[in-house]
Amino acid sequence: MRARTEELLPFALLLPAIVFLVLLIVIPMVQALFLAVQADSGELTTDYLNRMTVDTNFSDAWRNTLLLLVLIVPLQIVLALAMALLVHSRIRGHAWFLYVYAIPLAISDLAAGILWLAVFTERGYLNTVAQGVGAIDTPRVFLSFESFPSLLAAIVLAESWRATAIVMVILVAGLQLIPRDFFEAADLFGASRIRRTIHVVLPLLRPSLQSALIIRTIFAFQTFAVVLALAGRNMPVIAGEAYAWYANNRNPHVAAAYAILLLLFTMVATVLYLRVLGLREAEVKR
Amino acid sequence: MQRSKGMRALALVGALAILVTACSTTGTSGGGGGGASGDVGKGFAFESTQFTPVTEQEAMRQKILGAWKGAAIEYITDMEPVIIDRIIAEAKAGGTGQIGIIGLENGQFGSIVAGNYLNDLSKVVDRNKDKKINQDMLTLGKFGGSQQLYVPWMQATYFLVANKKALQYLPSGADVNALTYDQLIAWSKNITEKTGQKRFGWPLGNTGLIHRLLQGYWYPSYTGGLVTTYKSSEAATMWEKIKELWQYSNPQSTTYQNMQEPLQSEEVWVAMDHAARLINVLKAKPDDFIAVPAPAGPKGRYYMSVVVGLGIPKTSPNVSGAEALIDHLLKPETQIITLRENSFFPVVDVKLPDDLNKGLKLEADAVAKQSAAKDAKVVPLPVGLGSKGGDFNKAITDTFQRIVVKGESIQTVLGEQAKIVQQVMVDANAKCWGPDGTSSGPCQVK
Repeated sequence: MRARTEELLPFALLLPAIVFLVLLIVIPMVQALFLAVQADSGELTTDYLNRMTVDTNFSDAWRNTLLLLVLIVPLQIVLALAMALLVHSRIRGHAWFLYVYAIPLAISDLAAGILWLAVFTERGYLNTVAQGVGAIDTPRVFLSFESFPSLLAAIVLAESWRATAIVMVILVAGLQLIPRDFFEAADLFGASRIRRTIHVVLPLLRPSLQSALIIRTIFAFQTFAVVLALAGRNMPVIAGEAYAWYANNRNPHVAAAYAILLLLFTMVATVLYLRVLGLREAEVKR
Repeated sequence: MQRSKGMRALALVGALAILVTACSTTGTSGGGGGGASGDVGKGFAFESTQFTPVTEQEAMRQKILGAWKGAAIEYITDMEPVIIDRIIAEAKAGGTGQIGIIGLENGQFGSIVAGNYLNDLSKVVDRNKDKKINQDMLTLGKFGGSQQLYVPWMQATYFLVANKKALQYLPSGADVNALTYDQLIAWSKNITEKTGQKRFGWPLGNTGLIHRLLQGYWYPSYTGGLVTTYKSSEAATMWEKIKELWQYSNPQSTTYQNMQEPLQSEEVWVAMDHAARLINVLKAKPDDFIAVPAPAGPKGRYYMSVVVGLGIPKTSPNVSGAEALIDHLLKPETQIITLRENSFFPVVDVKLPDDLNKGLKLEADAVAKQSAAKDAKVVPLPVGLGSKGGDFNKAITDTFQRIVVKGESIQTVLGEQAKIVQQVMVDANAKCWGPDGTSSGPCQVK
């Protein structure tokens, strides 16, 4: 009797999570899929997928989303790693760093976008300060459709500020899981800080890096509010198009088509990370 | 942490359906607290796309509804899709819902009118006859049928606002109160040449109302139509003019959601926008700005009238209470409070008080001058597009984006976008409206 209860226990513990996932993730996902390929009359159609691909913003949205992905993700991982190592180093005031780094986490993404808009706009803080110290004569327009690089740079900066902290938190947690013995052993063999980081910390941090990369990549695919605030219509991104089709154009079908596409790409990226960074069987048995 | 809002919006529909099924039939009170005695009936929600700023919401609750003695009302503002989804969800759930009354712009009623979700309010109009509600607006509220699906609540329009610093650069011979689009372009050009700054602005941001400026101002003023003349030679001329003006427009225009902020920060000196999206700068600096009628094109001085209407969903939990609320909101004194607090103009016959706020006075004068101009012609928001209204707006905004911002060929873009416009008219089975005249079938691009 007791053995049977123990057998069932794992399933019972999993049940709430499964119910939650099915109700709020799986069912809406399937509904979105149908929304994308089913007309109001109920017949299957590729009209909405076609409408999405011929849209004037479609190719731009893809280019911009991928561009942001390649620019932001590596930058954030490196930054977050540096921040995590600093916090973990136990130097004086390391806890203080953690709190400061975590501040952007408390700010909604749209609010963060608006905040940076106040910095970069023509009459914004950046121009006012630069003008005040005499670096420029007249305010520069950073957020113009005419200067894509500065627009892109502003968005990368704002996104990095906003979302690096979440990566850092994951990495700090990962660092804390590494037993102190390993560091002591490395010290004993005379490893420098850099060698210790490369040969001890990074390999042991791989599981955390993997989760961080997956989460950050998914978020990068969904980058939306910061771009919306800083670039408006200048820089369409996939998630923004899905929103615009739903909210502004009142066409849930095309919006769902974008959402499904986003889902496919995030899934591909996730599987890729799991394969490349995943623990190999030999390591698990260690 | 964050999830895309697109996904969230989709998930919302599902979540709402669940919530509404769970709550609506249990008959919980939707009361916003207090005031309701036994005979005024159940409290209800008043959902509207208007008054989204917190200060305006407070004015609505404290002042506009201050003298209201009826059922408890919870005033909620939300975006159009959320309100529409909620009404549809409540209707599908059966029984009565939480929403007692809605306040939407004329153009936002499309899909709920098409879905037949609203009560006929003819009786309410009858009993308010003495208030002389604007007749044209009442007609709009019938959507071409016999039932009064909304009662006009308040109105607004779009006009031009300029910083007084810009006045010295007006082209010679131009009367700022009776500008033409050519003079507007010459003015902006002059500013750029004399100051080195691009100081005209467009509300091109994601929630900017650029499509309304094209639908109600540029297109009819240049072509005398909108749908029928979408790719006409006059339209091509108009796009050339817009491209010319674009050279003197602040390149940050693509981020502007409303024009009051860039006007106040002086990134922009001259701009056109919706009255409610200009009022803050006029109230803040009434002595630094002027408000004047929209410019005129070759076909006249066209302007768009925005009507906000009150509708009662068939699922309203307290129909008589909601109807009584319409009576209250249409009272001349309530209409004046609405103007004073939230800058929307009356739809009933009422004399404006003399002690209006300076900024409001500027707006009121501009509105009066605009409608009284001898070449003035009024255009309503698009009519009869139903749920296809968004597709139509996108078609015209994309046309702007492609021709003006991306610099694609005018002929190619007009040809391609006209096909999309035509498809929208066919899908919505929309007859011609306003400047395009009338048609028996769907409006045809010529």
